[in-house]
Parts: sequence; structure tokens; C-alpha cells
Amino acid sequence: MADETDPAETTETAVVRNPWRRLRSFTDARIGLGRAGISLPTSRLLEFQLAHAQARDAVHWPLDVPALCEQLADCGKPVPAGEPIALHTRAEHRTMYLQRPDLGRRLDEASIERLSQTGDDHGAAFDLALVVVDGLSARAVQEHAAPFISALAEALGEDDATWRIAPLTVVEQGRVAIGDEIGERLNARAVVVLVGERPGLSSPDSLGLYLTWGPRVGVTDADRNCISNVRPAGLALTEAARRLRYLLREARERELSGVALKDRSEDDVIEHAGEPGNFLTD
Amino acid sequence: MTSRYRHTLGTTTYHFDSLAEVMAKASPARSGDRLAGVIAESAEERVVAQMVLAELPLKVFLEEALVPYEDDEITRLILDEHDPAAFEPVSHLTVGDFRNWLLGDEATPDALARLRPGLTPEMVAAVSKIMRNQDLILVAKKCHVVTAFRNTIGQPGHLSTRLQPNHPTDDATGIAASILDGLLYGNGDAVIGINPATDNVTQSVKLMRMLDEVIRKYEIPTQSCVLTHVTNTLEAIESGAPVDLVFQSIGGTEATNRSFGFGLSDLAEARDAALGLKRGTVGDNVMYFETGQGSSLSADAHHGLDQQTCEARAYAVARKFEPLLVNTVVGFIGPEYLFDGKEIIRAGLEDHCCGKLLGVPMGCDVCYTNHAEADQNDMDNLLTLLGVAGCNFVMGIPGSDDIMLNYQTTSFHDALYARRALGLRPAPEFERWLDHMGVFEDVTAMRPSREVPAAFAPSLDRISTEARDG
Repeated sequence: MADETDPAETTETAVVRNPWRRLRSFTDARIGLGRAGISLPTSRLLEFQLAHAQARDAVHWPLDVPALCEQLADCGKPVPAGEPIALHTRAEHRTMYLQRPDLGRRLDEASIERLSQTGDDHGAAFDLALVVVDGLSARAVQEHAAPFISALAEALGEDDATWRIAPLTVVEQGRVAIGDEIGERLNARAVVVLVGERPGLSSPDSLGLYLTWGPRVGVTDADRNCISNVRPAGLALTEAARRLRYLLREARERELSGVALKDRSEDDVIEHAGEPGNFLTD
Repeated sequence: MTSRYRHTLGTTTYHFDSLAEVMAKASPARSGDRLAGVIAESAEERVVAQMVLAELPLKVFLEEALVPYEDDEITRLILDEHDPAAFEPVSHLTVGDFRNWLLGDEATPDALARLRPGLTPEMVAAVSKIMRNQDLILVAKKCHVVTAFRNTIGQPGHLSTRLQPNHPTDDATGIAASILDGLLYGNGDAVIGINPATDNVTQSVKLMRMLDEVIRKYEIPTQSCVLTHVTNTLEAIESGAPVDLVFQSIGGTEATNRSFGFGLSDLAEARDAALGLKRGTVGDNVMYFETGQGSSLSADAHHGLDQQTCEARAYAVARKFEPLLVNTVVGFIGPEYLFDGKEIIRAGLEDHCCGKLLGVPMGCDVCYTNHAEADQNDMDNLLTLLGVAGCNFVMGIPGSDDIMLNYQTTSFHDALYARRALGLRPAPEFERWLDHMGVFEDVTAMRPSREVPAAFAPSLDRISTEARDG
């Protein structure tokens, strides 16, 4: 925002300032940056570089699995206590992950083995599996997965129905569809994948939530429901947990997910009678 | 089995099963072809495939359809509308000789313009695969594709921009602020084009009216576009909305376009409807298309072809409908299709050159996402190269940051950089407007005014008061 401490607005020399910079109070777009000649002023250039650097770091920083597992060990009932199961996809490293989305959707052999050892002895189905996946922002997962699952546990705890939740899993180099294989192998009736979303320039820590009823390998995206932009500066964790609880109850009741299951927990409005409107012609 | 496509190198003989395999393996390396499993297995095999390709007669692409004629309306469009008389000057050439011919002095801008109806997308895709980046630039520079609506785009020595004032909630104030910023930086002569945050008709019509009001009030010689689905735009026209340009994302196979929810007849219908509005003043090019390598594979509709060949086929769709603008959104799709700056730059130059050879008014969204191995320096390189190659237009957005689509493209400042560094100018009608409105104090030097131009000052004063008081 254009404020007193903004170097390009105050101290930076040899810069032509733009009086319409004030309009930043109406938009996050990088307007009124001013110019050095016709180029970006130094402070604006470096601001951009910092935002891009943070987004790049978010993509490439590896997930600290032991630390995350420790955080997730006690999220509160009905989420089972204990260390989550750490898994890995067939994408061995980040470069392979970025180039081969197909490999990020399947578990490697060791993970399949690990999962088979921890399956439910009685063969009864779980109501829900929660799968934590690094995706394109390990930072989002590292920072928000544990508090989100705690918020969800609290929301589900208030539910009339009891939720039998499978042991938590944490997946490295994973994409959304990895939840299909995990949910299937855990014999879960529904899966929710918590995944780090592709970082935007001003949102390096955004978590996405994907609900799939009846997970199995080969499910398409049309059968999923998504809640996106979950982060403190976006959709708050408690609000996201509330919406997910709504979707979960609906999915369980109707035994489906995806396009047929609409999120009516809040009317989907994009309505801006917002003042002052199009000031260029009003 | 002996295949038609083979080449012996020392003691090794390489066989390729089909023309599609030769094309795919001759393509400069990129991640999307690896993902599709059609990429050359070694660097040597790639060059061998290029050698095989160079020996093939151009005519082979008229005899052997890469996507079956019976299955695909774009193949039918390409072959049914091929003009043998226009093709005649190069009909005896191999792909390798065609490269020489294109670079040669016989291939003047006029000769290249006459040749267009004789070329198919597969021919230009083939030759581009054996061209270096400098060849792609030099040949494209000789292809002048000029179009017009309320101004004239694509004349040699000019570079236009699409002003892209996207906002995550379509907020009118936010959009207006970005439009003001762009106009005062001399951007927006190709189009003022918004990607709406939601894909519903009511919302789109609201945005269409807003843009129309701005263009009329300030008498800006430019056009507007709301980038919504072609069927939405048709509905908007029927409800009386002020539509300048009809938008659609297009791909190079019928199945790709089906996954986008349209067919060629939908484009024809929407174009007729837009022409019927007669809103153009200096021309009647009413379509705006976007393309990009990888879309066919992404829709699982690539028929085993490489992504660059699919892309070139999309230009056959485009040219059929005489668009004002065609924009290859080169780095948006992500690193699984174009991995890094090098692949994005190569693809941008290929798309621009292939489009121009086919007579399509190519522009380029010089862009990248945060998970691609690319940065602002790569974009500077591609922008500069495309400026040299005579690209019709690029995007312009505040500070390179699209806060709705979450990717980075060229900024208002970048456009002025390219114009200054390469001596390029905006569309002539728009340049005169920049001058007489006092937006620029010196249009030849591309120097914006320090003060807010008189026509815009009252609006800005009013909103500033509200910003202070509100």
C-alpha cells in the first residue's frame, strides 16, 4: 500500500511518481508503481523479486516430514492419535515431480508395503481418510495442516454422526489424486486431501482441500469438491473447516461428491454493488 | 519390416513407424512431449528424425493426414481449404529445401502472403522443427499480418498490447484502477480484455458494458473483450450487450475443442452475430483466440502428436475466422508441458513464426507460473526476441502480477521498454490518441506525461476524495 514508509513514494530519487498510486486502497493490483525513465523504480523491482523468491522457495522447499508428523500426532478426537504414516509417491524428486504429474499420483513400492502393514485388522471401512500432501507448497502444509486438522476435528466432534477416521498419512511429492490410491488401500468411504497449492506471487502458503467420495484409482476431478485458498490471509482455517464439515455431511448422506454436490454452506456470490464502482465513467 | 521413414547413421539404422513419429521426435526437447511419451529417446535420435524430416517432400502432408480426415473436422478444414495454386511455388520442395526457400531472398513479404493459402499447419510445424531460433525470428519478421477493428494492428514497426485489468472478484473499482494505470502507460491498443472471475453471462455482460462506457467516454480507438466462453458471448449479443470481439480458447484437434465445449459451427455463428453489430470503424476482424502448446495433451486429445504440431493446427481454426488477435499463452500451462525459460522461449518463437506463416495475427502472452523454472529475465529475453520478430501484440498488466489468474506476464512498463529499445510504436490511431489526450508528452520518445491528463483528472480527484474520506 502507498504509505509514508514506502521508499518509492518518499525517499527514492530519480523516480516519476504516479498520483493514482492512492487507488491501491481499492485493489491488490500493482498499479501506480511510478517509473525510472519508463522502467520500474528500484524499490518496486526488488519488491517483486522478493515476492517471486518466496513463491519459488515455497515450490522447492522440501517438507520436513518428522516435524510435521510430530505436529500431527495429537490433533484431537475423532482424529486418531499417534504418528501419521509417512509415504512417498513414484516421483523421486522435485524435478521429476514437476515434469511428470502422473508419477505424483501413485505410491512407490515401499509406501504400498507400509500402508498394507497398518491397515485395519477387522477390514471394516473407515468413514474418512485425511491425507496431507506437500503438492506445490510444502510451506502451506507445514504451517497450516496441523492447525487445520485440529479445527476440523473440533467441527466433526460436534457432529451428530460419529466419524471413524483412518490413521493420518503424510505424502511427499504428491498430487491431489494420490488420495484416491491411499483412500482405496485404507478402505475409506471418503478421502480429504490437504495439498499445498501452486503459489501465487502474493500467496506462497495457500492450502487446498479436495473431498472425494468412494476414492479409488482412476477417479476424475469431476468427482471432487474443492475448497481453495485456505490460509490466514485468505479463507480462514476455522471457516474452511466449517465448510468442509458441511460437504462431508452432505457427501456421507448422499454417498457422492463432485459436481452433483454443491456447496450451499454459503451462497456463491460475486456481487459488487461495491462503492465507488467504475469511477472512470460514473 | 521396412518403414518409409528410416535413416542410417554409421552402422545404426533408425526406423520411424509413422509421419507423426518423425514429427514428434524431430521436435526440440520439451517436457510435454516427454509426458506424452512421444519424445526422441536420445539427442542423436532427435537430429536423425530432423534429417529424415528434412528429406520429406512438403506434399507428403497433403497425402498423409496426421489426424484422420474422417474423425476430425480440423483435418477436414485443413485439407478441404488447401489451395494448390497458392502452394505451387514451393510444391516441389522438401521440408529442408523449404527452410532454405523461406530464408532466401525470393521469399519477400508479398510472396509469403501469397503463399499462405497453400500452406498447411503440418508443413509449417515441420519446417519450424528444423529451424533455429534466429530462423524463426527472421522468417516471422517477413510475414506481415495486419488486422483492424477500431484501429490497425500488426503493421511492421508496431507493437500493441492487450490491457488485462483482471481482478479476483471482478470488482469494478479495482478493474477501473488497472485500466487507468494501463492507459496512462500507453497500453491497451490491441484490446482491453478482461478474464472474468466467474463464467456466467450476467457477470460478463456487466463487464462488457463497463468497458464499452470507458472506451466511448474517452473516445479511445481500441476494442474491448470479455474472455468468456463463445456460447456465453453469443447469448450476450442476443441480449443486446455491446460486444466488440468474440473470444474463445481453441486447440488443434476436434476432440480438444469438444473438451472446451465448442465446435467450428459455434465459432461461425458467433462471428456472424458479432459482425452483425457493425461496431468496427476501420475494419471487421471480430474474433480473439487464445492457444497454447500442451492443451491437446492436457485434454487427452492429441492423437499421439507432439504438442507443437497440435498447436500449429489450432492456427488453421483461427485463420478460418479472420481474427483481430491470436494470442499464444505460452508459459501459462506449467512445467509439465514447458519446463523452463529455454523451453518457453523456444515455444513462443515457434508459435509466433508458424502462426504468421499461416497468416494469423499472432501475439504472445509472454508469461510463466511460479512452479516453472523461469523468471523475469527469461520473459525479458522472449519479449525482446518477439519484438525483433515483429510480434503483433503482447499483454500489459500492472507490475507483471495477474492477481486473478496467479501468474506473471509482461507489464505496462515492459511494453514501453520494448517500444523504446526496438523503436516500435503503438497502433497508429491509438498513438494519435495518446498524443492529443496528453497521455504522453512525447509519443516518438515513448515518454508519458508527468501530470494526469486533463480528461482523466476529474475522475481521479473524485475517487481520491472518496479514498481519503471513505
